[in-house]
Amino acid sequence: MSTKLTEQVTFYTEEHEWVTVHGELGTVGITKFAADQLGDVVFVETPEVGKVVKKGDDMAVVESVKAASDVYAPVSGEVVDANAVLADKPETVNEHPETEGWFCVIRLSHGEELSGLMDKDAYMEFCKGL
Amino acid sequence: MADDTHDNLKRTPLYDLHEKLGAKLVPFAGYEMPVQYPMGVMDEHKWTRTHAGLFDVSHMGPCFLSLEEGIGGGDAAHAKIAALVETLVPSDIAGLKQGQARLTVLLNDEGGILDDLIITRPLGDEAQGSLYIVVNGAVKEQDWAIFEKALAGKAVLTRADDRILFALQGPEAVDVMSDFFPGCEELKFMHHMPFELNGTRCIVSRCGYTGEDGFEVLVSPAAGLPLIDEMLTDERVEMIGLGARDSLRLEAGLCLYGHDMDPSRDPIEADLGWVIQRRRREGGDFPGAARILASIQDGVAEKRVGIRPLERAPAREGTAIEIDGKVVGVVTSGGFGPTVDHPVAMGYVSAAHAAPGTKIDLMVRGKARPGEVVALPFVPHNYKR
Repeated sequence: MSTKLTEQVTFYTEEHEWVTVHGELGTVGITKFAADQLGDVVFVETPEVGKVVKKGDDMAVVESVKAASDVYAPVSGEVVDANAVLADKPETVNEHPETEGWFCVIRLSHGEELSGLMDKDAYMEFCKGL
Repeated sequence: MADDTHDNLKRTPLYDLHEKLGAKLVPFAGYEMPVQYPMGVMDEHKWTRTHAGLFDVSHMGPCFLSLEEGIGGGDAAHAKIAALVETLVPSDIAGLKQGQARLTVLLNDEGGILDDLIITRPLGDEAQGSLYIVVNGAVKEQDWAIFEKALAGKAVLTRADDRILFALQGPEAVDVMSDFFPGCEELKFMHHMPFELNGTRCIVSRCGYTGEDGFEVLVSPAAGLPLIDEMLTDERVEMIGLGARDSLRLEAGLCLYGHDMDPSRDPIEADLGWVIQRRRREGGDFPGAARILASIQDGVAEKRVGIRPLERAPAREGTAIEIDGKVVGVVTSGGFGPTVDHPVAMGYVSAAHAAPGTKIDLMVRGKARPGEVVALPFVPHNYKR
């Protein structure tokens, strides 16, 4: 994302999605841990702009050579942007999972959901236990 | 697999090596098997197509079938054991030359495919009356029970799945193998030779499941473990997991049992009619011959074909195939082909739509994605004929 806001906080789910919140918008992707587990990503189906998702819904699909995996919405809201780069360069998810490999931007409808997610330290701790 | 709970899983003699190399182990055919190593499926696949990939396939079912009365006795003994096996498979086993192998299928009484297997006639008059057979790991108990029941009192089955069975595949496999088994480079595709290694006998076959030139070796753990350790010091050789094995065989258009063929399909539907040689077609003396000969004569309703998704989305197993909104078939194997750098698949479609070039819709997650019926393989075979 080119927009640099000072108030930018990233949250994590137990399903290995991350959401970086800036104002009412949240940029969503999968973590390095998830990308490493998947292996070489060969296809990403990002959600259509305008789609309204509920926290925990199937939101996107990421496919490796071997298998397709669902990506769940970490927060509820409307999809306002999707990463067009992934259509031609799905490997971006492996190379830069937590920056350029973002999946979509969601306009948060239930900001209070963020309190149920993990911060970076809690997520790192969670991964250690896996 | 019902017995794929962690506790019941078996391990091959190479288990410790897989762990040491950092493999990701998954349940497969009742064994804990390496699906990939740290290199990853994509690079393991490409490595095999350009260098030499070493696969642990010890979960499979190698065995020997020998005349009850004993072996030896040259051609007469071979004719005897071949006649016994030909009651179960539709291929010409009697006509194999010494040292030659053949892919065939085990059939049920309705002509449905119970497994695909490779049957090899040994070299040397003293070994005749015996066959070396390799069946699939997931169904080896079923297959062996069928052999034992059908041939009781006439032939003895000796399982060899306590040994190491490994494959070395790829364009550089032959150079590596000839360092360890001098002379094996003379073997042609689907032929084998026995070798002595550290005083134990092992079997080297020129075959494989990747579409590349390569070998499969059956060897005792005692002789095989140091052999593989030494092979892995060769910079041309890398261990390759089941993930890449699957994408390699799919690009090569080779069937995976339980997916691209099963007991509901006969060999003609599976586009494996070539395993039934002329003498057997004329004889019509194999299980399900009535159905299979009718399939040859009258054609089949559905047929296995290659499928190329025209976009980047892979069409996985179970994906419905439609034309104008009507279901005409189903994908039975699908994924991404690292060598063709594109999704690849195979499946069954109604015979009317089986011609290469036929445009189809692949129903991926409810969305119609364009695809095309294509000739197999996706990557030309590189066998040493």
